Amino acid sequence: MKAVILGATQGMGRAVARLLAERGARLFLLGRDGEQLARSARDLEIRGAEGKVQIVRCDLLDTATFTPALDAATAELGAFDTVIVTSAMFATQEELEADPELAAKLLLADFTNTVVFCEEARRRLLAAGGGTLCVFSSVAGERGRKPVLLYGAAKAGLSRYLEGLDHKFRAEGLKTVCVKPGFIHTSMTAGLKPPPFAGQPSAVAPLVVRAIDRGTPEIYVPPAWRRVMWVIRNLPRRVMRRAKF
Amino acid sequence: MPLKTYRTKTTAWGRFPVVEGQMLRSERLEAATENATLCRGLGRSYGDSVLPAKPEDLIVDASLADRILAFDQESGVLRAEAGLSLLELNRLWLRRGWFTPVSPGTQYVTLGGMVASDVHGKNHHVDGCFGEHVTALKLRVADGRIVECSDTHEPELFRATIGGMGLTGHILEVEFRMKRIPSPWIWEESERIADLDRMVAGLKDAAEQWPMTVGWLDCLARGPSLGRGILMKGRWAEPDEAPGKPPAWKRRFRVPCEFPAIALNKASMKAFNLAYYYKHYQPRLRRIVHPDSFFYPLDMLDQWNLVYGRRGFTQYQCVLPHAYDNGPARRFLQMFVASGGMGFLCVIKDCGPEGKGMLSFPRPGVSIAMDFPVHPEKTRVLIDRLNELVLAEGGRIYLTKDALTRAEHFRAMEHRLDAFNAVRRRWDPEGRIRSAQSVRLLGDRI
Repeated sequence: MKAVILGATQGMGRAVARLLAERGARLFLLGRDGEQLARSARDLEIRGAEGKVQIVRCDLLDTATFTPALDAATAELGAFDTVIVTSAMFATQEELEADPELAAKLLLADFTNTVVFCEEARRRLLAAGGGTLCVFSSVAGERGRKPVLLYGAAKAGLSRYLEGLDHKFRAEGLKTVCVKPGFIHTSMTAGLKPPPFAGQPSAVAPLVVRAIDRGTPEIYVPPAWRRVMWVIRNLPRRVMRRAKF
Repeated sequence: MPLKTYRTKTTAWGRFPVVEGQMLRSERLEAATENATLCRGLGRSYGDSVLPAKPEDLIVDASLADRILAFDQESGVLRAEAGLSLLELNRLWLRRGWFTPVSPGTQYVTLGGMVASDVHGKNHHVDGCFGEHVTALKLRVADGRIVECSDTHEPELFRATIGGMGLTGHILEVEFRMKRIPSPWIWEESERIADLDRMVAGLKDAAEQWPMTVGWLDCLARGPSLGRGILMKGRWAEPDEAPGKPPAWKRRFRVPCEFPAIALNKASMKAFNLAYYYKHYQPRLRRIVHPDSFFYPLDMLDQWNLVYGRRGFTQYQCVLPHAYDNGPARRFLQMFVASGGMGFLCVIKDCGPEGKGMLSFPRPGVSIAMDFPVHPEKTRVLIDRLNELVLAEGGRIYLTKDALTRAEHFRAMEHRLDAFNAVRRRWDPEGRIRSAQSVRLLGDRI
């Protein structure tokens, strides 16, 4: 496997990258912070990644970094067969309501720019004859809900895009894997009150890797969230208006 | 983006005391520690050593900073961020033929925590504490600078940080020497022991031949069977003795919820201790065992601290200097039983020489550790009495376990405290780094 990962320095991206490294995958890391990327690259090399893990700067808030970053990955790996996107912005609904600028940034990063990045990655994967594009969306996009109104809206758009991408290009060899995490204990969720069925990155990462191997178009992690979200999707509006979740 | 802090109630493994403070959890430990009061790892210390002294104090949870930064195949020297857990280290390195030079009784500890507590293990009589194998540390000291220290560079800071409870600076990176092992399996010999004299003698004899020893005591036995228990001795199995395959991941069970207070009483504790003693019905057992069963039997039960219920529990661990007889250990156990102390688990171990850590716990003698539930009035009285006895015998207690010792008792036990505090004052004149425990015992001001 030759994988390009955007977001491997933290949270779920770190856990998934480690599993791939332990299987001896070739990895190429994209991210914002050069120092963090370099440290993660060393960690992944020691854990078993094949060869040297190269890094390049790429920022979801800056679309101009996308093409050079993926060019660098192509130059280093040759044709790659897997692209994983775990990067995203997160803020609570209160923070977003209090700061419209932050809200605009988050909507831009988590929807528009993520889609732009995926389009760029898709073209390259298709040009190489196909591959897997695995992107982290969220269960927050499954239903309009009070505590994740804006973040959820961006993720809802992203989930739809990924669904359509899979429909359109699977026949041409591009498998799209949309990961929908429920609550996972990472630095992103630190300080939030965990709901039932909260998971750990190290427990969830193997499920994500399996979905990548199999090309599963949609996966909920931890798996219990599939049922939880089925119920929430089917609740009537009048219940959702009253509900706090 | 700035890192997010949040206010929360926090506690450690004993779930006593529970204190309110600011927390921060991040992969980026260097950035996270900029305004921190203290760092914590996986929270397996028992008392208040990782708790904030007041609600405004910022405690950084370092457990997400867990990247391995370098490993040298020849020398075994490994460098990693301080939040790397022993669980992960073992998972990755056991099958490659390496093991941590010193292991405490749980894998749910971080490298930073192992340095701060200067942990000891079953091989203390041979290999000393973890700190003896640490080659370098990277710290963020109180004024914000990042300092690398070792035996040759800032040696005083280095020695104070080993066993210094995280109070000299925030530990960012740990470099230490791993140990080559012939196989990932353990050759264990265990023996049933009838009383304390035989236990201490058994430990002493075993120390001559075995690299790892420990005794489990039935802490409810009294009279002639005071101090009876099981003596465990082990060494790494040679390749021709060990099974050909690496040890598999052992299935864990989980304590689902807090037990009601009534669950832990004299009868249930007695039953547990009796069962543990009589389960080992053979006088002597020799076998190959899984390294997890040998080093970390309690790790098989997730959240076992919930067994102690709402009030939580504490562990008392002290080391008593050797005497020509086993008087100190005997008097200690007699006092414990006579004071109505009920221990669930009790462990005895003979310690080797003192290490380089300025405030490290072990010293030559017999170390005894016991768990018991916290009772609002009785526990404090019990600990006072135990401390008075330890003081009279010339022993000392282990800060990592402590929640209830009085400052005057601790200061009387620790003639090394002034030297330790002097180093701290040099690096932290304003006293920025502190914990609830350092305020309680070490004379830190709020």
